[in-house]
Amino acid sequence: MKIGVLALQGAFREHEEVLGRLGIRTVEVRKPDDLHGCDGLVLPGGETTTQRKLAKTYGLWDPLARLGGRGMPILATCAGLILLATRIDGEAGSSLGLLDIDIRRNAYGRQVFSFETSLSVGRTAETAGRADPFRAIFIRAPRIVRTGPAVSVLASHAGEPVAVEQGNILGLTFHPELTPDPRFHTHFLEIVRRAAASREEGKPGRDSMETAVGNHP
Amino acid sequence: MDEERGTWEAKKGLAQMLKGGVIMDVTTPEQAKIAEDAGACAVMALERVPADIRAEGGVARMADPEVIVRIQEAVTIPVMAKARIGHFVEAQVLEALEVDYIDESEVLTPADEKNHIDKFAFKVPFVCGCRDLGEALRRLSEGAAMIRTKGEAGSGDIVEAVRHMRKVQGQLRWLKSLRPDELYAAAKELQAPGQLVTEVARTGSLPVVNFAAGGVATPADAALMMQLGADGVFVGSGIFKSENPAARAKAVVEATTHYEDPARIAQVSRGLGVAMRGNQVADIPETERLSVRGW
Repeated sequence: MKIGVLALQGAFREHEEVLGRLGIRTVEVRKPDDLHGCDGLVLPGGETTTQRKLAKTYGLWDPLARLGGRGMPILATCAGLILLATRIDGEAGSSLGLLDIDIRRNAYGRQVFSFETSLSVGRTAETAGRADPFRAIFIRAPRIVRTGPAVSVLASHAGEPVAVEQGNILGLTFHPELTPDPRFHTHFLEIVRRAAASREEGKPGRDSMETAVGNHP
Repeated sequence: MDEERGTWEAKKGLAQMLKGGVIMDVTTPEQAKIAEDAGACAVMALERVPADIRAEGGVARMADPEVIVRIQEAVTIPVMAKARIGHFVEAQVLEALEVDYIDESEVLTPADEKNHIDKFAFKVPFVCGCRDLGEALRRLSEGAAMIRTKGEAGSGDIVEAVRHMRKVQGQLRWLKSLRPDELYAAAKELQAPGQLVTEVARTGSLPVVNFAAGGVATPADAALMMQLGADGVFVGSGIFKSENPAARAKAVVEATTHYEDPARIAQVSRGLGVAMRGNQVADIPETERLSVRGW
């Protein structure tokens, strides 16, 4: 198994370290070629405006949209999650639109309002065999203000979803890569294994993943 | 349900989100917009860029809050601002303005010749400059959540940033090689708290993000600092004191992302116009150097 971590800017190394501790091989994705042979992708936290701009400039935007559209498992945290949403701050068209949520950026306020809290993550906790509260760090975090019918909520804070799942996409408004608790990464790897197993059964295959990466100048 | 704000993890976490990126000095909302459009991951709002402070002299202070607010309104990326060394009221004002990071900076005229700001007393995180590992650890012991090299701000000469980055990295390697019973003397030599020295000796790295700053003027300068181990780059006068700021800003960002790809650095460095002229650090008298401020 190989997981690509988008390494344009942000907390990519932290995700690599968590996955490394779980025995997973990672590759840093900076250009379209880096996507070849990846079984899953991580879109890390960072600055949304910066990441979006760089992804477009470096020819990664369209390959990411195609791969996501074909069921590539994606773990997206904070800025990465914003890039996947259907609408950002009420506007469509500035995101990849792979996850049916509407999101509001920096919705808790600027950095002085960044916070830590304990989340109840029941179902995810069970699968990884750990006791509940998950200590979550929210940094200039976005808020999910709408979830579509296909989206399931894994955890909430103050009555609002902060961890969501749709198909092979796991989206978090907080930063599991900054804490030692690997439950969400473990859960993501289960999604990757499930996707790989269903590909084996002849559903959308690796070949179509490869064509989705495509050849870019 | 409880939200615990201003925690150590939240403070240093924001710096982790900035990694691999370029933070640019700006003095107007228009410049901030150019920086954001070029792909900067944050901007540093200030009244005068270091090159002008150097040229014009006078007391350099925190920026006008009006300028800071207008810059905050102009961009969505984090906005940092500088406070004078030891000037904790400037820091309080910047916190009240909700800037995202405070740079307790030697570029401004120091307000206290002995004490740096007690940075634990704030919810907003701080970045501080250093010339070596001891200075970095002293700032950490006061609560800094991000470190940068001092370099020689406003010079356009990368030599000091290189010296400071190599010094820090070299001392990290040295510390890691020591026996536990040698760490007491090492702490004395570094003039840093024993507990921090022990922790760093064990991990072999700083517990916070370390950017390069002071003298970055070209895409190759930025990539040089990244290859030397910087987590990201601050560019001060280098952008807006050059002939074509928008193109240079974009090129510096691209060279920082793809710092191990010389062909790409070559490509983005073409036709950028004239870089800031600058001053050789060797020609700047000791008394006029900014990097010797702070201790």
